[in-house]
Amino acid sequence: MKPDMSVEIGSLKLRNPVMTASGTFGYGEEFSQYVDLEKIGAFVTKGLSLKPRAGNPTPRIVETPGGMLNAIGLQNVGIDAFIQKKVPFLRSVNTPAIANFFGYTPDEYAELASRLDDIPEVAALEVNISCPNVKQGGIVFGTDPNCAASVVAACRAATKKTLIVKLSPNVTDIVEMAQACEGAGADALSVINTLTGMAIDLERRRPVLANITGGLSGPAIKPVALRMVWQVARAVKVPVIGIGGIMSATDALEFILAGATAVQVGTASFVNPGAAQEIAEGMEQWLAARGIADIKSLIGALEG
Amino acid sequence: MQFKAMILDNAEVSPGYWRMRMTAPAEMLAAKPGQFVMVRVNPSIDPLIRRPFGVFDVGMHQPAYTGAVAQPYLEILYRVVGKGTGMLSDLHENDILDVLGPLGSGFDNGPAGEEKLIVGGGVGLAPLYLLAKELVKDSPVRLFAGGRSKDDVLCITEFERLGVECYTATEDGSLGECGLVTKVLEGRLDATGNKGQICACGPHGMLKAVAAIGAKRSVKTQVSLEGYMACGMGACLGCVCQGAEHSAENPDYRCVCTEGPVFEAAVLKWEGN
Repeated sequence: MKPDMSVEIGSLKLRNPVMTASGTFGYGEEFSQYVDLEKIGAFVTKGLSLKPRAGNPTPRIVETPGGMLNAIGLQNVGIDAFIQKKVPFLRSVNTPAIANFFGYTPDEYAELASRLDDIPEVAALEVNISCPNVKQGGIVFGTDPNCAASVVAACRAATKKTLIVKLSPNVTDIVEMAQACEGAGADALSVINTLTGMAIDLERRRPVLANITGGLSGPAIKPVALRMVWQVARAVKVPVIGIGGIMSATDALEFILAGATAVQVGTASFVNPGAAQEIAEGMEQWLAARGIADIKSLIGALEG
Repeated sequence: MQFKAMILDNAEVSPGYWRMRMTAPAEMLAAKPGQFVMVRVNPSIDPLIRRPFGVFDVGMHQPAYTGAVAQPYLEILYRVVGKGTGMLSDLHENDILDVLGPLGSGFDNGPAGEEKLIVGGGVGLAPLYLLAKELVKDSPVRLFAGGRSKDDVLCITEFERLGVECYTATEDGSLGECGLVTKVLEGRLDATGNKGQICACGPHGMLKAVAAIGAKRSVKTQVSLEGYMACGMGACLGCVCQGAEHSAENPDYRCVCTEGPVFEAAVLKWEGN
């Protein structure tokens, strides 16, 4: 018996709960040689801004035990080039493409949401709120509940598509952030973005990254991510998408038990470009081997 | 292409430098000089990220017993610099590696008959052997190999066997000319009146000097760069370098993995880098 792996995120129907995380999968095309895109639930494209962004100087990445730090600086082609050069590929794939985006003022966020709303090939929107608000002294939108809510409300007003908010873990209380975003109209929450970290070159007495700090990802952050998914899923009604160090089907299933409706595979795609597909297939096999008919029966099914 | 490779040989060729031969699919035989592979050292999560290595050589491996079937191989030349390469050097025959490749762009061979000046610093020789193997088919090839000491000048015999005329220079004078290899390169360009083209791979300082020599003498110069990268496929954007016109106002970052690793030196920004 083939288990039912389908899940719903807002109005988005996914054939299975496995997506790729923004910034780890390009615009989809880069990985098409290694992943059958029609075997995964959805893919999330590299974060977009209104204007193209150059990103940070190098070194931008460094490996740390069980993970990596990145400070790419949101380098991206910008919304115009995205529409011209990247959208045609999205049209050719029978899998929902989710556009991740960010801005520096609530107006910028709203404008991007509105422009992405007009693109039929974009199935849903994922808003990255881990950016500084230039209008308010650079406070990171995602670390202040009022700031976050204002961005989400602005995006909500600009799109009818499924609006996913990607939460920053670099906060005192992620539940407060999650509830603020839900209250402002988010259809789903991606939990979590990278954890801010740092690496030092002892002999040179310098930070390894040109940007000094960077975002930690990979298996090293999985326990933190699981805890935050569990906390958030208990506190909100909207679906949660679990992200953080997922390398295998069993990792992904742990997130489902903790309350995630779907998961995103990120750093694993760097290590093994076929990871997302292998994880989706592995999850299905795990369910089939145990006679579990529907993945939805596992969502939040943690006992004790 | 992603494949499992079985190690056929892993030997230290000079203190701290290793040469590894592994099995490869037949498609690997079409790898262009300058392309690279991403190797996962082991299936655990530490080290997590693959390591990039230039393709040193490809060919058909002939096992040394009667009736054995020859099979395609891939070779890499690497220096032990950290945990990942340290673990790689501990592996033995019959151990299995996970390999992605061939990735990136290769060298442009240039016109037949033209003199080819290959410049390598230390482990930068890695992608230049396959290049020399290609170039000697139709062009005179000269190798300029440099390093801190004689231990850093690798595999010269292999280049000589191809018929390449080899020049060496070491900073401590323990092999060849005492000083920088770029000085020897300039000597050759002086002698020929700046004929031919340059292909270089090595430390950034050496590449910068080679690029300056090529620019000043109007000699076409290609360089193969290194970069910290996580994916090798243009997704992580970790390995970017700056194009010649790059500025804070008009940024021009290029991916070493997909747009390189081989670039015409003239398209890159060197000053300040």
